[in-house]
This record gives sequence, structure tokens and C-alpha cells, in this order.
Amino acid sequence: MVENKSLEEEDNQGSSRRDFLKKTSVMTAIALTPAAAIKASDLKLDEKLADALEQVPLSIDINGQHHDLKVEPRLTLLDLLREKLRLTGTKKGCDQGQCGACTVHIDGVRTNSCLTLAVMHDGARITTIEGLATGNQLHPMQEAFIKHDGFQCGYCTPGQIMSAVACINEGHAGSEKEIREFMSGNICRCGAYANIVNAIQEVKAGGSRA
Amino acid sequence: MGKKHLENADMAKAISRVDGRAKVTGAAKYAAEVQLQDLTYAVLVGSTIAQGIITKIDTQKAEWAPGVIAVISHLNTPGVPEYKLQNQDVIQKQLRVFDDANIYYNGQPVAVVIADTLERAQYGASLVSVTYKKEQHVSNLEDNLSRAVVPKKAKADPRGFTSDFVRGKAGAYLDAEVQVVEEYIQPSEVHHPMELHSIIASWEGNDKLTLVDKTQGSQQTQASIAKSFQLKPENVKVVATYVGGAFGSALRVWPHEIVAILAAKKVQKPVKLVLSRGQMSYMVGYRPYTLQKVSLGASKDGKLVGISHESYGKTSMYEEFTENVLQMTRMMYDVPNIDTKYRIVPLNVSTPAPMRGPGEATGSFALECAMDELSYKLNMDPIALRLVNYAGQDPDKLLPWSSNYLKDCYRLGAEKIGWNNRKAEAGTVQEGEWKVGYGVATGTFGAFRSAATIKATYKADGTLLLQSAIADIGPGTGTAMTSIAAENLGIDPSLITFQLGNSSFPKAPMQGGSNSVATVGSAVVAACTNLKVELAKRAAKQKQEWNNAVPANIQLKGNELVNSDDTASKVKLVSLFTEGGLTELVIEGSAAQGDERNKYSFYSYSVHFIEAHVHELTGVVRIKNAVSVVDCGTIVSPKTARSQLMGGIVGGIGMALMEEAVIDDRTGRTINASFGDYHVPVNADIPQMEMLFVNEKDPYLNPMGSKGLGEVVIIGVAPAVANAVYNATGKRIRHLPITPDKLI
Repeated sequence: MVENKSLEEEDNQGSSRRDFLKKTSVMTAIALTPAAAIKASDLKLDEKLADALEQVPLSIDINGQHHDLKVEPRLTLLDLLREKLRLTGTKKGCDQGQCGACTVHIDGVRTNSCLTLAVMHDGARITTIEGLATGNQLHPMQEAFIKHDGFQCGYCTPGQIMSAVACINEGHAGSEKEIREFMSGNICRCGAYANIVNAIQEVKAGGSRA
Repeated sequence: MGKKHLENADMAKAISRVDGRAKVTGAAKYAAEVQLQDLTYAVLVGSTIAQGIITKIDTQKAEWAPGVIAVISHLNTPGVPEYKLQNQDVIQKQLRVFDDANIYYNGQPVAVVIADTLERAQYGASLVSVTYKKEQHVSNLEDNLSRAVVPKKAKADPRGFTSDFVRGKAGAYLDAEVQVVEEYIQPSEVHHPMELHSIIASWEGNDKLTLVDKTQGSQQTQASIAKSFQLKPENVKVVATYVGGAFGSALRVWPHEIVAILAAKKVQKPVKLVLSRGQMSYMVGYRPYTLQKVSLGASKDGKLVGISHESYGKTSMYEEFTENVLQMTRMMYDVPNIDTKYRIVPLNVSTPAPMRGPGEATGSFALECAMDELSYKLNMDPIALRLVNYAGQDPDKLLPWSSNYLKDCYRLGAEKIGWNNRKAEAGTVQEGEWKVGYGVATGTFGAFRSAATIKATYKADGTLLLQSAIADIGPGTGTAMTSIAAENLGIDPSLITFQLGNSSFPKAPMQGGSNSVATVGSAVVAACTNLKVELAKRAAKQKQEWNNAVPANIQLKGNELVNSDDTASKVKLVSLFTEGGLTELVIEGSAAQGDERNKYSFYSYSVHFIEAHVHELTGVVRIKNAVSVVDCGTIVSPKTARSQLMGGIVGGIGMALMEEAVIDDRTGRTINASFGDYHVPVNADIPQMEMLFVNEKDPYLNPMGSKGLGEVVIIGVAPAVANAVYNATGKRIRHLPITPDKLI
């Protein structure tokens, strides 16, 4: 988690590489002459301008850690997790809400994080696959996926597990048929579906909840 | 003698995936997830025409957009040195990235935008404006059969499966009492691994390159890139620690990888390039659309007299893609007369790629459906028909099989699915609104082995580190290798770490063609044997009876080195390190194929049984039960092998019932380039299934007794489904996928 902080600092440094004022039509909007714009750029004033124009504050709780961030409004929750916070456990499989690899819990509800913008979740509590275990103690669903070999390549696995935990919590794991239906938003191209169903049934039988 | 074959329940107790914990916690880092300082993002711009020339590229708006660092096209590319060389391979001519203004397919990369964030690169890419001079394109196979050519490869290999071939008499089926003459179509099918193809390219100076890449072969990508950019291979490092599936799509270097390397050169910073799901549909290969004509002739007792088999597959305008569609026809059954013809049709499409069960999956669909059709004409059980034509040796190479337990596959599978419940007459069993049918089909794939080396580091604390360049795209290579080493040495698997997916590690083949376990496993055995010899040599300084120890009898039991021939001679393992003050022993082991292929014919086999229910009114097909039995020698890692077979069945169900990449021939564009439109099996489509392995050793391929598994598991599934649908409905669908519209 310390790593996340250093990233946020580093990311701010990264933003300073922009030649913002020199290129955009924004400079005409704020009625600067080109020479003044270049000077403003050299003074890194463009970064301040960019912050003001492009980025909005976001206060968000991820896996129990609080983050105060400034992000572009067009940033998806998925790309916030993967590209800004280095929480790459949440996967990008399609970026269109069609595969479920990016499933996270937003205030306990399973959601495709690629289909929602980060700024829509100010004040929200997000749980990703990295937040499911308690220290070294895996969540029962993680244990069950290992035991039943509910994956091969592992890429869809975090999304499957987040969905599986929610599936039980929602009360949608009453039968094999119901599990199959309510897990059909998570594609596994390696075809581990039957093993995934077995893992969920075992956790359900154990009465475990997230 | 007890039961040797493995069923579902037998495999649950086997060791779990060694990388399971990393995968269920999100700790496993795939290609796009490795963190580098100063990382930049690249987004591709694809052509919107299928044939023609770029007349103008306007990049100014993109260059002025916030955060955009560079825009690269053929106008300002840093260039790929290999393109300037003469004598390039004319068969494997890759698309030359940004080399000129020519367009060969719709979606071809024409520019790339690099920016400091992904969002800014995506927006920048939307601002690039490309103008074309459009020319007439061709993308439909049936309309362009007149363009079909014999692949150049056929001339180089006259005995190969792409050359025109006759055994006995051509067209002999015409003389037979019972004939089947039909055409079958396998549409283009896309690999669509869940991980998007991704690469992070990073230059160090002008001559050193590091790639974190989705590849099935770290060293093969290294060699290919070194050639393209004229670098010393040792200066190109390729890392592919975790690969999120591939199924053949990552067996070669694709244009987007070249683009990322060019981009990193241009901006002098690390560049990350991730394909979109849409780009995955046409930028990293696909199983090619293939039209086949199969003609079978048999006597009334079911003995095959002759087979004629022709195949026409799509390829691109710039590269000849071929696959072994006709291999199974030449070796599967004992037939005196066979003739085959293989053609490819160059079209304005991107180059196909091997996709799981490449060639054979397509060929078996036609051959095994035709066999089913023949069984109905003969009024003969489909299994009985196959047994009558069982080949006791390879009729193509005229060599004995190294091992062949096909008959056991038929027997075990028939028992398990309840084949007795199948009615010989199609369309006669009804359960409520559903028509019920059973189908069977056979698959086969060559069993291969090549050369590999393992570096073993054995430490005084009893742990063992094994390293190999091999990739693991999902089958569980690390788990299988750990199992082999644990059994060979007699140590607990938890003491072993298997590191892979790095070009700096010892030599390994690509993970493709089902040869990883046979090849790398043999090197693991060699390394373990060498380690035991070294330990025995050290032990002999304490007790000279170790001079006579045979490696096969040496085990590392607990904290002792034990010779099962002479248990009194055991010594403490830790004592073997004291000499020279070592804390670890570093040993290598290498293994390669011998001359076994001159003496035996090596194949794995699968037999798939499907119970299909077809809804009378809607034409919906539900797979009610699936039983597959595989003869791939000894199973070294039962739990992961079972999952691999399960995945093959699921992939085959997708191929049979839903997968079809559709090109709009008016534009040459793939129109279902998303998971919303290109359907793959989801959880609700897949029942609980029975996975069985004959588990009989192959004596000749490798020390483990194994044969390849990954490909053969999908081959034959689609025809088994088609045959079950026919048995249920009396409707024969010869054009995959079997969608409801074809059944109502």
C-alpha cells in the first residue's frame, strides 16, 4: 500500500512532461499570445491549468485504504485501478462490459469496473481481488478455486472470484443451474466453468460469506 | 490388475496448480501489468479500407492533443532494418509494418499514437485522419475459389499434408457400394484469449531491448525480434511470466509488437501497447474459414474402400498460411485408396494463425461427420464402423504406432455416456419439448518432442529451483514440471519452484503443438538424474558403496540421500554440501528427440461423446452431457490435465454451436469484433462433464511415457456435437456453427 502512495507522487511528476499550452486551442481560449503561452509552459503553469481544467477530485476507499486523488473524468474505474493505483489484479478483458474480467465490488455490489467512470464513485467503498484475503489467510472462495482448479491461465479468475462471492451473497447460488445462470457474465476462455461451479457450491455449502 | 484409467474423481486429489495462489489473489503479473518508470501508452489506428493505398495522413490534430508525444506512420517510421534486407523468406512474409502506403486488409495498422496516459492516447488516435485511394477488394472464399493456389510450401515438401497426394487409386470411392459425398464449412474462428494481446517495449540505448510480451515462446520472440531489428539475440530480453491464454494466437510476432518497438524507439521511453477486444478479432490470427469436400466409399460391411478429401482455406494477400487439415484423413483409418488436395485462397484478410488443434480440428469436423453420415447409410453403429476400419499401424508412414489405445477410448466412453441409450434411427427420441440425440467422433494429433535444457539449483535447505524459457499459457506447465521433478527425486512438491517464461532461462520450445511436457519434462528428468549423480558422487566420499548407485534407485527422502538398493548407505543430504563450503549445487540437464520417429508413428487420440438436446420450436441446442476419453500416454499432472481436457471440450462446443467471425464482404471488415457479437460458451452453456484418460504409457516418446494433450482435446468435439444434433433431429448441419436458425 506504501507502493500506491509513491505512485501517486510519481504520476504527478509524469504529468509535468506535457507540452500542454504550446499545442492546444485552450491557449486561444484564455487569450494568451503564443510567446506568453510558451513562457507559461516553461514555468510549468500549464500543469496548474491542466489540473484545474482536466482533473477532478476523487475521494475513494479501496480495499480499506483511503485515497484522495485527482483524476480525469473520462478515466474508468478499471483504468484507475490498473494504471494509476497499480492494482492489476482486476483484469481488462474487453473494456466493454462483455466479459466480466474486471468485476469488483462497489459498496458490496458486483460491477464491471470498465463500464463505470471513477469519478462516479466519490465516497464509495471498492473491494478488488487484492482486498479479498485477510492477510495471508485466503478467502474461502480463493481456496475453493485452487482446490477445484477453477481456472487455467488465470486471467478471468479475479473477476470470476469477485462474481462468485457476490453470487452467494445475493442468494443466487441455490442450485447448480442457478449458479451457472448467475455466473454467465464472466467468460472463461479456458473453459473451467464446471470447476468454477463446483468451487461455488462447496463454499455455499460451507455457509461462507464475504 | 486394477483399473489404470483415470476418471473425474481420481484426479481431484492430485496436486493443485503451483501458481494457483498468485492467480487467485491477483498477484500474478501479466504482460501489461509490469510497472516501469516513465511508461507511455500507444494506441493503434487501423485502416478503414481492405485494399488500396494511403494518399494522405493528417496527424496534426493528434499531435496537438494534450499529452500526445508522437504519432508514427509510414511517413516517419524509424524503420525495421530487416525490411531492407534481400532474400527474405517468401512463404513466411510478415506484414511490413509502416513500410509503405499499401493496404491489404481492413483494420491494418496505419498509424500509432503515443501519449502519457491511456486516455490521451485513445483520444489522440481518434484524431488521426487517413485518406485512401480505394481499390476493389476480395474477402469471400466461395466467390473466389478461382484464385485458389497450391501453397509454395507444398513444393518444398512433396510428402507433406499440403501437397497433392494419392495412395492407391484416386477417386476410388466412386467404385464403392455405399458412398457419401458432401461439403463442409468451418467458418473463421477467433482465439480470443481472455488476456488482450499486450506488450511493453523498452530500449536501452540503440542496441538493447526488453519486451514484456504476451507470447507462447520467449526465445522464439527473442530470435524473431533480433532478426527484425538486426540486434544480437542476447541483447533482446523477452519476459512472459504469466500468459492469459493464447490457444495459438501468440505463436509468432505480430505487427502490433513491431509497432510498440518502433514507438519506444521514437519516444525514447517504455511504451505499452494493448490491443482492444475488437482488434483481437483481426490482428492476431484466427482459424481460417475453410471449405472441404469429403467423399467416402465403403463396402456394405462398412470397410472403407476410398477417401477423397479437398480443402480450401483463406489466407492473406501477403503471406501463405497453411495447416494440416488433411493429416487425419491420411492416417486415421485403414483405407487402401486416398487422394487429398489442399489449396489456399489469398484474400484481403489478415493472416490466419494456428488455433488449438490447428488443421486437424477443421479436418476432423469434415471427416468425422462424413463417417457418421456413412454409418447411417450403412445402418451400422458409428463406433462399430470406426472399429471395422481401425488402423493397426500408420497407413500413411507405414510405421507401427508408438502406442494406440483408441479401442479403449471407444469402450470407456461408450460405457460412461450410456451409448446403449442411443437410438439408431435419427429424430426418434423426445423428452418433453426436446429432441434427444447422441454423437461420437474421433480426434488425433501428432505427438512431438524437441530439445530443451533445465537449470537446477539445489540448496542446502532442501529446496530446488528449476528454470526454463518455456511459456505457460494456462495448461499448468509449472505444475506438471514440479510433479515430474518431485516424483523423480522423491521430494515434496512444495520444495520445488519452477520458473519459466523468460528468454534468459535455458532453451525451450514454444508452447504450441502439445510438446511442452514431452520436451521440457524430459529435460527435467535429465536435470534430476544429473543432480542425483552429483549427490551420489559426493556421498561416495563418505561411503564408497555410493560409487555403484544407479540414479533410478536414488531418492532424496526427508533429509537423507537414499539408495533403494542399499538402504544402509544413506547419508545426510546437508553433509553433501560441506565440501567446498557450498550452499547450493547448480546442475544442468538437457534432452532432445532421438531417431524414434524413424521407427514409430506418434499420435495422441481422443474420442468425444455428446448427448445433445434440441428444442423443437426454437432450435436451441443444449449439451446435456459430454464424455471425452483421451489416450495421451501417462498423465503426469492429473488435476491440470483434467482441466485441459475440460477446456478442449468447451472450446469444441463453442466451435460447434456459436463461434463464427463474420466479414461483411462489402467492406472486408469483421463485423462481430466483440464478445457481445462473437459468442463463446458461457457458464450456462456448459454441463458437468466426464473427463477420462486411458493413462497407458507411451514407451518411446519420452521418459515420462506421456504424449501431447493440449490440441487433441478439442479435435473431434465439434463433429461429435454435429453428429448428436443429427441423431436428435435428423438434420445434418454441415456449415458450422450449428445455430438455431439452421435447425428450424
